[in-house]
Amino acid sequence: MDCNKQAVALMHKYMDGDLTQEEERRLRHHLQACSTCQNHFHELKKTTTLIKNTGPVSAPKNFTSNVMANLPKEKKKKRYTRFLQKHPILTAAAVFFILMFSSVFTTWNQDQQVTVSKQENLEIRDNTVIVPEGVTVNGDLVVRNGDLRIEGQINGDVTIINGDIIEGQADHQLEGIDSSTLQAYSGELTEVNKIHEWVWYQTKNAITSIFSFGSDE
Amino acid sequence: METMIKQKIKEVKKGDQSAFEDIVSFYQNKVYHICFRMIGNAYEAEDLAQEAFIRAYTNIHTFDNRRKFSTWLYRIATNLTIDRIRKKKPDYHLDAQVRGTEGLDMYSQLAADQALPEEEVESLELQTYIHKEILALPPKYRSVIVLRYLDELPLQDIAEILDIPVGTVKTRVHRGREALRKKLRHV
Repeated sequence: MDCNKQAVALMHKYMDGDLTQEEERRLRHHLQACSTCQNHFHELKKTTTLIKNTGPVSAPKNFTSNVMANLPKEKKKKRYTRFLQKHPILTAAAVFFILMFSSVFTTWNQDQQVTVSKQENLEIRDNTVIVPEGVTVNGDLVVRNGDLRIEGQINGDVTIINGDIIEGQADHQLEGIDSSTLQAYSGELTEVNKIHEWVWYQTKNAITSIFSFGSDE
Repeated sequence: METMIKQKIKEVKKGDQSAFEDIVSFYQNKVYHICFRMIGNAYEAEDLAQEAFIRAYTNIHTFDNRRKFSTWLYRIATNLTIDRIRKKKPDYHLDAQVRGTEGLDMYSQLAADQALPEEEVESLELQTYIHKEILALPPKYRSVIVLRYLDELPLQDIAEILDIPVGTVKTRVHRGREALRKKLRHV
């Protein structure tokens, strides 16, 4: 066997774990006979052992945190998503408030038409609800998106949403309005004109209805 | 472990940056090791290893989950290191001495767990010598030797990392081994 080519090649094959049984037998046979190759083989084995024994090196301390600090910033959206995933109760509360307030806001912006609670004998003219003279309205009166002028009588509470109360008629004779017409409604007067008042009004109504529902039972 | 890493990669792909932290801490020593053995300088090794992880993060969507993540990551690290070696080639020999001493510092820190002072010095000198001899190899042999003997990777993995045929890996390992044999036989 040619020491320099064949034998050395077999040695390397052996170290890669590629040697067949036949080749292994041949190599062993040759090594027993040739001291030069034996020496060469020994040196190779020693070399690999030495290289393997240089030991592992560890990354410096704070390596991971340094890498993390140098990563490109992740998208804001993802950060929020993860925040929400970590705080489910907060998320539930946020969703609840968003839904609740959005429904209240939409009802505020909805129909700019004048609406009035169902009562007979009311006149509606140019966004103004008029309780005509000599008419007595029984029950609570709710006017939405319009003004209210009272010439007659109301027995109950008055709620005006997004509107004003007009005391009497401007072009009519002023002396016609006496203290009795000003006090034409026997109950509370509530005006709701601002959105926050509207929200407050809705919340109050909801709570009142919940409690009255409870008391009905 | 591999399944845990795969899971973390999925999370990173979805955009969860914090999942990448576990990947870094799991592979940091291996990647740093490859860089350090190939470049020979602790500061540069840290810089390269860090760069490798950042590249892996920004290109994570190109990683095919069916493949081995370690191979993909080591490939990024070795490519970066080989590029760096090529760029600094002109002052290569001037650097050699400095590199050796830095390696020495490195070992004096690492050698703490060794019992006998005499043995410590001996193995310290020896390790520094071997480290220097590996660094003296041409880069193409150095990379295969580092991957084969310091990380003990299979030849197939090395072929994938370096993107060369297994046969070429074998040839380079043989030549690298022979070159080192000539340097280390009198140790």
